[in-house]
Amino acid sequence: MFFNLFFELKAARVPVSLKEYLTLLEAMSLNVAEYNVENFYYLSRSCLVKDERNLDKFDRVFGSVFKGLEPPDNPDTAEIPEEWLRKLTELHLSEEEKAKIEALGGWEKIMEELKKRLEEQEKRHQGGSKWIGTGGTSPFGAHGYNPEGVRIGQEKSRHRRAVKVWDKREYRNFDDSVVLGTRNIKVALRRLRQFARQGAPDELDLDGTIKSTAKNGGWIDIQMRAERRNTVKVLLLLDVGGSMDDHIRTMEELFSATRTEFKHLESYYFHNCMYEKVWKDNRRRHTEHIPTAQLINTYGPDWKLIFVGDATMSPYEIVYPGGSVEHWNEEAGQVWMERMLDHFKHSCWLNPVPERHWEYTPSLQMLQQVMGQRMYGLTLDGLDKGMRSLNR
Amino acid sequence: MKFTGTDSYVATDDLMIAVNAAITLQRPLLVKGEPGTGKTVLAHEVAKALDRPLIEWHVKSTTKAAQGLYEYDAVSRLRDSQLGDEKVKDISNYIVKGKLWDAFTADQSPVLLIDEVDKADIEFPNDLLLELDRMQFFVYETQETVTAVNRPIVMITSNNEKELPDAFLRRCFFHYIRFPERDTMQEIIDVHYPEIQKTLVREALNVFYEVREVPGLKKKPSTSELLDWLKLLMSDDISPEVLRNKDPKKLIPPLHGALLKNEQDVHLFERLAFLARREQGS
Repeated sequence: MFFNLFFELKAARVPVSLKEYLTLLEAMSLNVAEYNVENFYYLSRSCLVKDERNLDKFDRVFGSVFKGLEPPDNPDTAEIPEEWLRKLTELHLSEEEKAKIEALGGWEKIMEELKKRLEEQEKRHQGGSKWIGTGGTSPFGAHGYNPEGVRIGQEKSRHRRAVKVWDKREYRNFDDSVVLGTRNIKVALRRLRQFARQGAPDELDLDGTIKSTAKNGGWIDIQMRAERRNTVKVLLLLDVGGSMDDHIRTMEELFSATRTEFKHLESYYFHNCMYEKVWKDNRRRHTEHIPTAQLINTYGPDWKLIFVGDATMSPYEIVYPGGSVEHWNEEAGQVWMERMLDHFKHSCWLNPVPERHWEYTPSLQMLQQVMGQRMYGLTLDGLDKGMRSLNR
Repeated sequence: MKFTGTDSYVATDDLMIAVNAAITLQRPLLVKGEPGTGKTVLAHEVAKALDRPLIEWHVKSTTKAAQGLYEYDAVSRLRDSQLGDEKVKDISNYIVKGKLWDAFTADQSPVLLIDEVDKADIEFPNDLLLELDRMQFFVYETQETVTAVNRPIVMITSNNEKELPDAFLRRCFFHYIRFPERDTMQEIIDVHYPEIQKTLVREALNVFYEVREVPGLKKKPSTSELLDWLKLLMSDDISPEVLRNKDPKKLIPPLHGALLKNEQDVHLFERLAFLARREQGS
């Protein structure tokens, strides 16, 4: 009955499963929604969407699948143009879009045009490519696709019922199309766990108790021991800026996953290749930096070193002194890389560039060699391999 | 048996549908939302409205799934055996029941609240899959199966600290408590402080939504903070005029301690006040 909704949701990459669909049907047969469209919307949302990031997608799909189900709008709504104009203050334009506005002859011109069309237009309009309305491709209106578009908010009319709940799309902000959640990353990072007993003894040591009780002639002698804790220490070095901008989302995910997974985690930033300095705070990178030598002195060889970067640069940045794009480096990047690798016994490099493109980038090949083939793709599989290599 | 909100809790339509679907189909309801929007209170209110007992299980980072079922107290059994206590012959004397067991065997089907499920270890929800689905589990020590006499209404809250596994999510209904709009907020305040002055509420709401819109706040004040703040405003007898005062020197709202919970946010406001003053001076 609601097959369309289910498949459209699947097509829109909302993770829905058969089980959830059956739950919805079960709820419908038990009459939870009481034959009311709005209640059905709430019910299906509660059954099928399990993450607030997908609520917006759901609203969009629901709106398109059940278009025309609700009673037609009151013809009175046709006379609201002045209200639309007031809503113009709600412009949501990114820098890029602003640049594109210039294409139509600048901001002033668009507004002028808008005024003209508002005068021409006499009733609410949906679809089409010129009139102001919803779902069309004209630059004016809501939910349209024209990048030069001016969004006229349509949250509330004077009659309230003219706008459907799912048309309000209140969950807009949460939408993101992350395929790979932090959960998966965390599970992969678990490989790196290293348990040791540390801290106050607060756990019963059963074997020890039996042994010492036996020794004690049968009188109980309870032995306690400390709880097992993850003691792995991780030093994370992240490449920022330049070509890394394409991978920001993946990087943020990895970073937030590592943050919660490891107790002992230190992270520093570098640009393109390791040189004599790194920094902690990207905003103050030019004033506050830490010599790489200090890193080597501060963190012992038992720390696991993870580089994250795309390793995409000019080969000179690796092999020549003074090759860095940002500053004059006395010693070549390769020298610093080797120093780090000498000190930290366990290390690997995670690369967000898809593995099949690696062979086309000479600098990437060079670093792969420096790392002793311990460069892995920043995918679940690569992460898994990388974590295994760190334990070896 | 339907939940329609209570005299001390304002439930929106979508929330009511989600709760009622979970009750009718006897599936767990997962509730997410900004801190302070009433996730935990919801379970209390549902229990109150349906006149059911409430069993609360507060999850911490050290909580194991098995603790919700039962624990075998080997140490006291060992001690009793030393003292020659008769109890020692029956192992069931040393099985300590967990919250799920309590909920399964209660006389009247209770509301079981599993609070802040995301605080626990990442595998925690997976370990409870079967127990929450079939509402039964097996006790190895006594070789018995505990099955729910009356299936409890299970409410689970999450603060989004960890993502929950898909298999777990598939078995739940989900509701995201959105931050209330002005009208709903007014209703919530009416429910909590019926005798408060209307003008004070209006001005306070103005200030409150303005504060929420300040960009860069670390923690936006939420419903529970607004309610606390109103209580303070009432007890200190602050007049609506003071709140309406748009003097930039007093950009920081009175008794702001109830709204802004960390020093960075207070500093942010002080900086804004300073800038506003300078603009006025020039």
